[in-house]
Amino acid sequence: MKILVCISNVPDTTTKITFTPDNKQFNTAGVQFVINPYDEYALTRAIELKEAQGGTVTVLNVGEADTEANIRKALAIGADDAVRINAKPTDAFFVATQIANYAKAENFDLILMGKESVDYNGFQVHGMVAEMLGIPSITPGVKLDVNGNTATVQREIEGGHEIIDAQLPIVVSAQQPMTEPRIPNMRGIMTARTKPLKVVEPTGSETKTEIETFALPPQKTGVKMIAPENAGELITLLRNEAKVI
Amino acid sequence: MAYNPTEFLDYYNIDDLLTDEHKLIRKSIRDFVKKEISPNIEKWAQDAHFPSEIVKKFGDVGAFGPTIPEQYGGGGLDYISYGLIMQEIERGDSGMRSTASVQGSLVMYPIYAYGSEEQRNKYLPKLASGEWLGCFGLTEPDHGSNPGGMLTNIKDMGDHYLLNGAKMWISNSPECQIAVVWAKNEQGRIKGLIVERGMEGFTTPEIHNKWSLRASCTGELVFNNVKVPKENLLPNIDGLKGPLGCLDSARFGIAWGAIGAAIDCYESALKYSLERIQFDKPIAAFQLTQKKLAEMVTEITKAQIMVWRLGMLKNEGKATTQQISMAKRNSVDMALHIAREARQIHGGMGITGEYPIMRHMMNLESVITYEGTHDIHLLITGADVTGIQAFK
Ligand SMILES: Cc1cc2nc3c(=O)[nH]c(=O)nc-3n(C[C@H](O)[C@H](O)[C@H](O)COP(=O)(O)OP(=O)(O)OC[C@H]3O[C@@H](n4cnc5c(N)ncnc54)[C@H](O)[C@@H]3O)c2cc1C
Ligand SMILES: Cc1cc2nc3c(=O)[nH]c(=O)nc-3n(C[C@H](O)[C@H](O)[C@H](O)COP(=O)(O)OP(=O)(O)OC[C@H]3O[C@@H](n4cnc5c(N)ncnc54)[C@H](O)[C@@H]3O)c2cc1C
Repeated sequence: MKILVCISNVPDTTTKITFTPDNKQFNTAGVQFVINPYDEYALTRAIELKEAQGGTVTVLNVGEADTEANIRKALAIGADDAVRINAKPTDAFFVATQIANYAKAENFDLILMGKESVDYNGFQVHGMVAEMLGIPSITPGVKLDVNGNTATVQREIEGGHEIIDAQLPIVVSAQQPMTEPRIPNMRGIMTARTKPLKVVEPTGSETKTEIETFALPPQKTGVKMIAPENAGELITLLRNEAKVI
Repeated sequence: MAYNPTEFLDYYNIDDLLTDEHKLIRKSIRDFVKKEISPNIEKWAQDAHFPSEIVKKFGDVGAFGPTIPEQYGGGGLDYISYGLIMQEIERGDSGMRSTASVQGSLVMYPIYAYGSEEQRNKYLPKLASGEWLGCFGLTEPDHGSNPGGMLTNIKDMGDHYLLNGAKMWISNSPECQIAVVWAKNEQGRIKGLIVERGMEGFTTPEIHNKWSLRASCTGELVFNNVKVPKENLLPNIDGLKGPLGCLDSARFGIAWGAIGAAIDCYESALKYSLERIQFDKPIAAFQLTQKKLAEMVTEITKAQIMVWRLGMLKNEGKATTQQISMAKRNSVDMALHIAREARQIHGGMGITGEYPIMRHMMNLESVITYEGTHDIHLLITGADVTGIQAFK
């Protein structure tokens, strides 16, 4: 089985977010970047499938050279080879175009992604890639098995789960508890040194969105305690101050 | 706050001197410790329980013998990597780091450096994977700082050696499958042997009631007419420089490891002092608390630079025994001092198992004694700068 795992490079979840003075860009100074946590589920599950059934796992990232440390981490966890499409990932359409163009020529049986990238939380790339390739996309997957040419994916739906069988090739996006993400071991880190990491130039530059401005969510205000016997005051505050009723 | 702390204390941007691979190694071991050690360590320490299942897990993550070449199951990594691994494990617990140090530096290293090809192939892969746990027997009841005086001995019986004697304070001994044992031959020369569990006359009684390294197991090695096959002698070493060579490697790891314990104490103290209110202010607002915290971060930073440089020297094969002594002594003394100050900052809470401080502090009381005591290392530096040995 030939598996492609797409990883995005995102700020560590504990990062304090700030913007450039014009509020048009996220300020990356001093920010620690990690592999998108959802993508770690996809990656680990891909490696498990490969270990059980044979095949290869390729990781792909659309990003500039500074994402290579995290690509090496993916190789250390157990991917066989990696591709970096050398471009700033300016929007979901652009990223999806790059992934689809690369995947077209490679005939992957399975394309795994995270359900969303925790930087911009678009929840879009998997659907776009599947559409561009003319194959199904199942999202968000919480369980994934492959038997011969058929994938069985359990996905979360409102109030329950849905189990879908689909013929390969397909795109699946992952979230917990698909598997337990692996911590790279020292031998993996050492062997990752010599695994191939191919840099490919992007094709096209079309984007569909443009960021107008960024703003931080309003500061959390303090908690007001209201004694149980003053329920009337609570109603007044909800109406006049919070303006929610 | 101008200094924005991250997961890895780095006041002097020493990270700029590390490679991406070093940082990935550090982060991976940090994640391993947070998953496998930190959630349980307070209980293990309180119960004086050695979690034997950790041995296989250390093997899987690659904490055993990371500098040993891959063909023997090691990691093939450099000494900065080894140091960072020890630092992150000891940030969890010195006892856990001791388990890994002994296996890598005191058992795998001598078999790799002094052993035959058959011995390397027979033992190293099983030790690297954590299938076997090893221990290192040098110290005796009456010979600690002066190992050259040891009484444990071997007699050549033609087709085997007959081993007699006893070792004391041996980390991992109660759970070990093999022991690297140092003993004198009939000519009074120190030789290294690999003793295997199951050999008749070989027992490993546990030492109980330690107040320190409670999650690590410590015991004796008792040899009562043990027949050791001749092929279990380490062929390529003779004399006290054998065990001392191993200690160089382990002490190097301790010099890094103790910094991990210090960082854990400092971070806990910093957090506590910002949250604990007395006289209507966080205690971090008082000058005396700030003095403690500022000195802690200064001392940690100095030690970090020292061990980084030592690691580079070790990578080039240039680190001297005396340089390693200086770093081991400096790091452990610094860490113990920080643990004591951090304990004060935590007030009464500092003596409980709610915080890691008292555990680190008690652990470090062993670390400052084993692998050469604080004073013996000072005398090594003294001898080096004056040319006069003061310890004999
Ligand atoms: C340095 C930088 C600058 C950016 N600048 C802009 C900007 O100016 N304007 C703007 O609109 N957006 C910008 N982005 C955001 C970027 O477009 C999105 O992160 C990316 O396109 C994914 O879109 P999404 O949030 O819809 O992903 P989602 O659809 O939420 O991601 C789903 C999955 O798609 C895959 N995926 C997502 N991104 C990538 C990737 N880059 N490479 C490989 N696989 C991926 C992952 O598997 C991920 O889990 C920037 C991002 C970075 C890192
Ligand atoms: C938890 C633990 C685990 C250990 N694990 C191992 C192990 O795995 N393998 C192993 O072989 N050993 C191990 N040891 C033993 C350790 O290395 C010894 O305890 C150490 O070398 C000191 O020896 P000692 O305890 O006999 O003290 P002593 O040598 O009796 O020293 C007592 C005091 O006298 C001082 N002193 C001694 N000689 C001089 C001198 N010439 N000048 C000035 N002061 C001097 C010392 O500095 C010390 O303060 C371990 C010890 C502990 C506590």
